Amino acid sequence: MDVNGVSYTLTLDSRTTLLDALREHLHLTGTKKGCDHGHCGACTVLVNGTRINACLSLAVMHEGDSITTIEGLGTPGDLHPMQAAFLKHDGFQCGYCTPGQICSAVALFDEIKKGVPSHVTGDLSAPMTASNLELRERMSGNICRCGAYSNIQDAIAEIAGGVV
Amino acid sequence: MKPFTYERATSPAAAIETVASTPGAKFIAGGTNLLDLMKFEIERPTHLVDVRGLPLAAIEDTEDGGLRIGALVTNTDLAAHPRIKRDYGVLSRAIVAGATGQLRNKASVGGNLLQRNRCPYFYNTNMPCNKRVPGSGCSAIGGISRSLAVIGTSDSCIAHNPGDMAVALRVLDAAVETMNADGQTRSIPIADFLLLPGETPEIEFALQPGELITAVTLRPPLGGTQHYHKVRDRASYAFAIVSVAAVLLEDGTGRIAFGGVAPKPWRIEAAEAALPDGAEAVASAVFEGAAPMEDNAFKIPLAERTLALVIAEGKA
Repeated sequence: MDVNGVSYTLTLDSRTTLLDALREHLHLTGTKKGCDHGHCGACTVLVNGTRINACLSLAVMHEGDSITTIEGLGTPGDLHPMQAAFLKHDGFQCGYCTPGQICSAVALFDEIKKGVPSHVTGDLSAPMTASNLELRERMSGNICRCGAYSNIQDAIAEIAGGVV
Repeated sequence: MKPFTYERATSPAAAIETVASTPGAKFIAGGTNLLDLMKFEIERPTHLVDVRGLPLAAIEDTEDGGLRIGALVTNTDLAAHPRIKRDYGVLSRAIVAGATGQLRNKASVGGNLLQRNRCPYFYNTNMPCNKRVPGSGCSAIGGISRSLAVIGTSDSCIAHNPGDMAVALRVLDAAVETMNADGQTRSIPIADFLLLPGETPEIEFALQPGELITAVTLRPPLGGTQHYHKVRDRASYAFAIVSVAAVLLEDGTGRIAFGGVAPKPWRIEAAEAALPDGAEAVASAVFEGAAPMEDNAFKIPLAERTLALVIAEGKA
């Protein structure tokens, strides 16, 4: 599989999740293991541009896929705009959920552009918007135990202003 | 997680043949529920057949004006499909009321139908559970039962079906298309697909060993206003305590199915004749014979009030 633009060939136990392959085998530890059961969103990565929980996917099921982790979004010297917005708005406290929050936030704009509705969408067939209510609902799969939600929301809303 | 072997399916027939003839083999698609349960060793497949490469991911118009939804269509793609949003709004709304963006991106339509229940005792491998270990007993009866079923239960099991999508499919009278090991296909009405526990709560689906879901079919659109209202403990990302799927027509008739209250989406067609008389009349007929526990008896009046809200929305 391709991870952050680098091609890897791995030989793994069939039980290895995508999350463990990234962290334990490729040593890309930016992606975090929180609950390991799809509840918390700390392991959110992009697979072919789509956000999923890496803990609920087997690595063997990603042969040929293109994976983007937080390390692939930006670097300390060249931050992704969403990373910069999280810094600007102090969208974290301990930082453990942050890679998942940022990957999730980056991906949700494509979902809005493609017309994927959410639980709070009014008219299903109208163009989707990135209102604060929509952003909050679409981020509900990423839990922040420090409760930095208001600043996370501010960071994503700033990007939303320039994207949607 | 217990060890297992893995293969990618090359054709539906080959996948079915492998699963039907290999003890402990299972299909895997999105895997969001199966892998969760494998980590708890509640599910212990010895062999996984990955069906995602099969050509079952299309949404096509049917000759009668309905839709045929491939079993591998993701929950996200189904909820976002223009015809689903326009003609089957109850289905789109039910899907996005469930899980999270990440999970819906991965979960398939077929897998959603096959999700297991969320009874706390099914998940607690230290406790008896007739679904997990047939004959071991039901810990939920007399135990923590607030989230569980109030009707359609048995002395063996009071677990409820936790899904949202299936409640909408029930109100739409969808059908589940399958293929079995003999290459035969059949169409199972959604009403018959999910089973009540009776004395065999471990048997949850009307599928033969190795039988593969290939598609879900929808009849021509019903029109009317379409609603899915879900009551839960959090505003987002929580299972339903009670949900109502409804298609309400201008003449005051309609269709109603309840989620979160029974081992399957709970729809009593005969009760729908009472719709012009209001929620109380419908709910009293729908929940006739209910057998709630002390902890979850509140679901019955809550279901009635939720229906009243949906009827009011339909008139607004």
